[in-house]
Amino acid sequence: MIELRDLAVRFDRTDAVRGVSLDVAADEWVMLIGPNGAGKTSILRALCGLLPFDGEARLGGRDVRSLGRRELARSIAFVPQNPVTPAELTVAEYVLLGRTPHLGYLGIEGRSDRRTVARALERLDLLPFAERSLGSLSGGELQRAVLARALAQEAHVLLLDEPTTSLDLGRQQQALELVDSLRGDGLTVLCTMHDLTLAGQYADRLVLLDRGSVVAEGEPGEVLSPKLLASHYGASVRVVRDGDDVFVLPRRG
Amino acid sequence: MVTASADATVRARGISRPWRLIAAAFLLGALLVGLGVGPVGMGVGRIAQSALSHLPFLHVHSPLSSVEEAVLWQIRAPRVVLAAIVGGMLAIAGSAYQGVFRNPLADPYLLGVAAGSGLGATLAIAYGHVGRSGQLLPLCAFIGGLAAVAATYVLGRSAGPARAAASLVLAGVTVTLFLTAIQTFVQQQHTNTLRDVYSWLLGGFSTAGWSQVAVAAPYVAVSAGAIVLHRRLLDVFSVGDEEAASLGVDVERLRLVLVVAATAGTAAAVAVSGLIAFVGIIVPHTIRLLVSTSYRAVVPLSLVVGAGFLVLADVLARTVVSPAELPIGVVTAFFGAPFFAVVLRSSRTMR
Repeated sequence: MIELRDLAVRFDRTDAVRGVSLDVAADEWVMLIGPNGAGKTSILRALCGLLPFDGEARLGGRDVRSLGRRELARSIAFVPQNPVTPAELTVAEYVLLGRTPHLGYLGIEGRSDRRTVARALERLDLLPFAERSLGSLSGGELQRAVLARALAQEAHVLLLDEPTTSLDLGRQQQALELVDSLRGDGLTVLCTMHDLTLAGQYADRLVLLDRGSVVAEGEPGEVLSPKLLASHYGASVRVVRDGDDVFVLPRRG
Repeated sequence: MVTASADATVRARGISRPWRLIAAAFLLGALLVGLGVGPVGMGVGRIAQSALSHLPFLHVHSPLSSVEEAVLWQIRAPRVVLAAIVGGMLAIAGSAYQGVFRNPLADPYLLGVAAGSGLGATLAIAYGHVGRSGQLLPLCAFIGGLAAVAATYVLGRSAGPARAAASLVLAGVTVTLFLTAIQTFVQQQHTNTLRDVYSWLLGGFSTAGWSQVAVAAPYVAVSAGAIVLHRRLLDVFSVGDEEAASLGVDVERLRLVLVVAATAGTAAAVAVSGLIAFVGIIVPHTIRLLVSTSYRAVVPLSLVVGAGFLVLADVLARTVVSPAELPIGVVTAFFGAPFFAVVLRSSRTMR
């Protein structure tokens, strides 16, 4: 579904991403991990047209650059790390914004758009909140509203930038379970992740980035090795395996 | 399966019917008060009859004398209509600027229209020796306003696409300060024209005639119409430039379109009325506090309520110290500020 070939992103004089090649199959969930400044977010932003890049990026076989802005937004939904959630908007109004790429330039949402939004709200158990203002929601509910807006976009690809930041432990799991359940409807997910244990439990495949390049790629069990994490994160960790699960535990000294 | 009732709860808050009626009644009432109040007393009923007598095929006979007819239709009516056009334009332009820049303090003068128009008018008065009623003055003010915003846009764009909105606002401040300095200099070199310049800057409708209505109306109609059509996209701006872009919106082009629309209308309004502060900020915020924060409500209601508000302000301006006139900016701020303070305080319990 997603093919990146020698993707490179430059900011002024620094290279944020240097020649990353990456494939994400349809319905696959791939997580980008790596230390701060590794270029994880830049890859997501380049893919959804927010950053200029060199190299190739294809989506379902089509060059991302050849897709118009609206067409791209109908194919890729992007949830940034800290989405802007205007406190006064109602949940319904906010999720309706997700229909923007499906509307004409000066168009107003119609019945079918409202129905799509109602389905997205129902999927995320937000129907009772439809008329509540975003400012009155808890962190977990807010995260669901943001996901509902992405869902209302009806895109096949979901890009999530650190979807679990600022959530408590339970909400982190719920958010990831939710994303996992959405995949049943045919959704390809590419996301960045700081928590390596959660990354190992939910991703089909992990891609470890450091200083803009891919340094390791594969099943969580392969990528999450103390040696790789020590050399790229500069972290001292213990990796505990329990059946299929991998736990990355920080260790002092 | 989504039920029909679930479907019905998904809606954007537009303008509820009571607020539609209240806004329409407010404007209509303001227009009638504007036409009826003045040194020559005329009742609402007689004004209505006179208005109907001007329509073809109705065969209504006007109850007014020919002098009253002239006062009503050649003096008061253009003044009331001009105040409505200017008030509506300033309020809707303010709402558009606030949406585009996601800045609650943005007003129609944010990008330098006021300073540009002020300089244009000052130059016309100082070097062109035109009076307040001439045709040249509004033209110079209009061109000055547009040129200033164009300069702001070019300067803001040169700072690069990142933080585009912030760069534009800073460029607006720079251009405003620069042009105000020139204007003050010119004014100081021509102290004999100080009175004319000052009275233009304060704004007002004392010289209003149908010709000014004809000058401003086309720009205001096109500008206001364009902004109303973009009301949903102004809501998309509320999630910020980047997320709006990820929703498929060409943020920079949209901002340009809305800035051009708001600026052209504002420059036309300023050209025929001078600088009237306050309307562009207070009217949209009153609507946000009372009705809805969605631009689907704020934009159209700003047009209607802004029109009524400025008509009423002008009635006060010409009656409070009659036969002299108060500058309209004094009236809008003097009565608008306390009113807004009340709205601000009470809105906490209302929402």
